Amino acid sequence: MPAVIGVVVVLVLAVIIIYNSLINKKNQVENVFASIDAMLKKRYDLIPNLVSTVQTYMQHERGTLNELTELRAKAISGGLSTDEKVGLDNKLSKTLGGIMVAVENYPDLKANQNFLQLQGSLNEAEEQISAARRAYNSAVTNYNNAVEMFPTNVFASAMNYQRKQVFEISEGERQNVNVKDLFNQ
Amino acid sequence: MKTIEELRDLYIERIAPGLDVLEEQRKTILKKFYFAVMIVVPVFGLLALNTIRYSPNLGIFLLIAGILVLTFIYHFLIRDYRRLFKNAVIEKIVKFIDEGLTYSKFGKVSQSLFKMSGIFQKNIDKYSGDDHISGTIGKTRVEFSELYTAYETRSSKGGKQEHTIFKGLFFMADFNKHFKGNTVVLPDTAEKLLGHVGTLFQSMNKMRGDLIKLEDPEFEKLFAVYGNDQIEARYILSTSLMKRIVDFQKKTGKRIYLSFVGSKVFVAIPYQKDLFEPRVFRTILDFAPVQKYFEDLKLVAGIVDDLNLNTRIWTKE
Repeated sequence: MPAVIGVVVVLVLAVIIIYNSLINKKNQVENVFASIDAMLKKRYDLIPNLVSTVQTYMQHERGTLNELTELRAKAISGGLSTDEKVGLDNKLSKTLGGIMVAVENYPDLKANQNFLQLQGSLNEAEEQISAARRAYNSAVTNYNNAVEMFPTNVFASAMNYQRKQVFEISEGERQNVNVKDLFNQ
Repeated sequence: MKTIEELRDLYIERIAPGLDVLEEQRKTILKKFYFAVMIVVPVFGLLALNTIRYSPNLGIFLLIAGILVLTFIYHFLIRDYRRLFKNAVIEKIVKFIDEGLTYSKFGKVSQSLFKMSGIFQKNIDKYSGDDHISGTIGKTRVEFSELYTAYETRSSKGGKQEHTIFKGLFFMADFNKHFKGNTVVLPDTAEKLLGHVGTLFQSMNKMRGDLIKLEDPEFEKLFAVYGNDQIEARYILSTSLMKRIVDFQKKTGKRIYLSFVGSKVFVAIPYQKDLFEPRVFRTILDFAPVQKYFEDLKLVAGIVDDLNLNTRIWTKE
């Protein structure tokens, strides 16, 4: 009899542990996803400053700067789906990258202390976003493993947990930024 | 970084002229020491032989006492020689590596910094070190020294035993990015031996925070990373830094430890033997040991370049 009780206790404990670990993994994914948002917001906050600093110097890139401002306004307006958000963000990265390359043509700007500070902040934000994405991918992989591997997969399907997608580098980001195209639109 | 040819010039022009006096001193020390050996060994040897028959314990004690006496005499004899040697040789090599560095032969990295790094968590009972080097290389402030740290245990008989926590070179530098949390990079034993089961054990080790799984398979094979912030750890350990750490580990060929705390990077490289010490039983009029001192120093000072710490494209100046 005590043996039976022992087995039951162990089984119940195992169920609790598996159930909790699945929830933990799912929450971790959501948690990291939220921090990507926070990091992205940090970058949005830098854009108005950047635009106001560079526009007096960059006469030929007015169009691109306007585009950047519009993209930012769209991104912070809210009510976007995840896919739209990611798409918008990729576009924004590309435009920003283009501006940073174009800066090479403006020696005065490159020497501007304010601009250098901003450039540092942007680089920092950029790397933080990439770190957050890597953390997200790792959390998702962890979660997906639990969803697909035995015995956690039995519980996962009962709880209706499904595989999640990892971040992939978009086609646009994989290609090198073509500055000429960017400014001849 | 400086080359061996440049070092050879330095040796010929600035180091070798001062070595003759030291070589004389070394020979005198050696004579005195051999004289001491000729007295101590027969005295303690005979005493031990006589006592060992009726009291083995006392005999062994006498033998150990003899060795201790010789060790003491040795250290007493080389004291001045060692000091002069470090001024004449090590200090010049340090300045040669980078003008911005200062050498202090009896200084060491402070215990509070060692604790702050969080690499070794044992309580420290013994803390010593020498050959402290500090200053700036490019834009990066650095500090390193030899360290020996140990903890003590008491056996049931009341005897003390000393266990090494860390012996080797301990390096600290200002990191080029801001961060708030703690991230520790340890040599990976569990994963190497046990594979996936090892990873499971690693993730259960909560003393150091969460296990952080990174994408670089080569890096993951060599190291286990723990930290209190998953995102920040990845912000610090960018893909390029992971590659650089792997390369540096290969260059040293040792089990290296790293940590990132308080916007600083700490690197611990274990060594079995004492570094930057003068030869006593062989001539010092030789380029080979100078080259060895230089290479050991360059390896550590080179961390700044190896980990790309002078790149300041972020907000930290």
